[in-house]
Amino acid sequence: MDHGEEDAALDPILQGLIQAIQLIVSGDPEVYRITELSLFVSISGTLLSCIWSIPISAFLALRKVPGKRTIKGIFTALIGIPTVALGLSLYLLLSRTGPLGYFQLMYTPYAIIIGQCILVTPIIVSFTTSALESVDPDVRTLARTLGASGFQTDALVLREARWGVILAVIAAFNRAFAELGVAMMLGGNIRGVTRVLTTAIALQTSMVDIPLSLALSIILLGIVMTLSIIVSLARRR
Amino acid sequence: MLDQINLKAHASRITSIIGINGAGKTTLLKILAGLEEKNGGSILIDSNEISASDLRTHSTMIFQKSIMIGGTVYDNVAYGLRVNNVPSQHIKEKVRYALDTVNLTNFEKRKARKLSSGEQQRVAIARALVIEREILLIDEPTANLDPANAMIIEQAIKIAARSRILILSTHNLPQAKRLSHQVIHLYNGSIIEDREAEDFFASPHDEKTRLFVDGELQ
Repeated sequence: MDHGEEDAALDPILQGLIQAIQLIVSGDPEVYRITELSLFVSISGTLLSCIWSIPISAFLALRKVPGKRTIKGIFTALIGIPTVALGLSLYLLLSRTGPLGYFQLMYTPYAIIIGQCILVTPIIVSFTTSALESVDPDVRTLARTLGASGFQTDALVLREARWGVILAVIAAFNRAFAELGVAMMLGGNIRGVTRVLTTAIALQTSMVDIPLSLALSIILLGIVMTLSIIVSLARRR
Repeated sequence: MLDQINLKAHASRITSIIGINGAGKTTLLKILAGLEEKNGGSILIDSNEISASDLRTHSTMIFQKSIMIGGTVYDNVAYGLRVNNVPSQHIKEKVRYALDTVNLTNFEKRKARKLSSGEQQRVAIARALVIEREILLIDEPTANLDPANAMIIEQAIKIAARSRILILSTHNLPQAKRLSHQVIHLYNGSIIEDREAEDFFASPHDEKTRLFVDGELQ
C-alpha cells in the first residue's frame, strides 16, 4: 500500500473520529439518552448486588464457615461467566413462557438490571472477601481489647478495608457497564427503551455507522477509565 | 503452656513479668486480658471470679507491636471511647489529656500510620489510658525504642499505674528494676519467683532467677 492508499484508508476513521467528537460536544440527544440509560442500569445493577454481596463477603471473611475455600473458589470461577450464557439462562426464566414470565420484565431495563446484578455478584464477593481478609488480624484483637462488641469489631474491619471494597464495586460496575451479552439478550436493544452503549455500538458498527459507534465507544471507555483513575488517585491520598 | 500460675497484683503498683523468650509472658498477659481462654483455674478481681468476656470490660492490653487503625491520631485514641459510648463532648477533652500524658500534644490531626514507631507506641498507650480500665497489661512496652521514647513511655506507665493494676512483661531488667514494685520470673510456663522488686534483684532465691538476672540463663 503506498502513502496515497494509506491516507485513503485512514480517511473514514479520521472522519469518523471527528464526527464522533462533534456528536459528543454538541450534546446529541441520541448519544446522551443511550449513555444515561447505560449508567442507570449498570449503577442500579451494581448497587442492588452490593445489598447481598457485601454481607456475604463479610460472612465469608470474618466468620468460621465450613467449606469456605470451596465457596470462595466457586465465586472466583463465576467471575468469568460468559455474559451470553447468563443472558440465555435468565431469558429462559423471564420470557413469557418462563416461570417468571408473569412479571413481564423481558425487554425492559429492569431485566438488564437483574441480569447485571447477578453478573457482578461474584466480582464483588471475591474482591471484597479478599480485601477483608487482608486486614491485619491484630486489628480485631485491638478492637476487642478496647471494648468493641463483635459487630463493632466487624465494622472496624470493614472500615479498614473500605478502599478494597470500593475498588471491588468499581470493578463490578465496569464489568456491568461494558458487557454486551446480558443487555442484548434481556433488553433486545430497543431504541429509547433498552438500547445501552454496548448494544448500540454493536448495532451501529453492523450498520457501518462509524461516527456514532466511535462516539459511543469514546464515552464507554472514557467513563470506565475515569472511574479507575479517580479511585487510584483517591487511594493515594 | 502455663502451669501453676498463682499471681496476685494490686492497684497503684507495677508488676513486671520477666523471663526468657517462650516462657509464656505474652500468653499470660493475653489470658489476663480475656483474649485467650484458660483451661483451668480462675481469675478473681476483688475476690470475685471473672469470665474471659467480662475480663475484657475490666482490662485493656497494649501489644509489643503497636497496631494503628487507619485515620488520625485522634481517631485512634478516641476509638475506645466511641465504642464504649462515651458522650462526644467528653471525648475531645479525654483525648487531649491522654496525648499530653505521652508528650504528643497537638498530634491529633497527624496520620497515625505515618508516625515513628516510638510515637505509635505512645499513641497506643494514650489509647489504653483514655478508656480508664482497672487493669492495664503491657507487653514489652519499650522493645525496639530509642532511650528518649523509652523514657517518655516509662513516665506514662508510672502515671497510669497510680490508679490501676498495671502488669507488664519486659526483657529489660534495668527497666523492671526502675519501674516495678513487684517482679515475677516466669520460666517454662511456671512462676518460679515472685517478690518485691528490691529483694528480687538484690538476692534472688531461685538459681534460675539468679542466672537470668546475670544474663546467663538460656
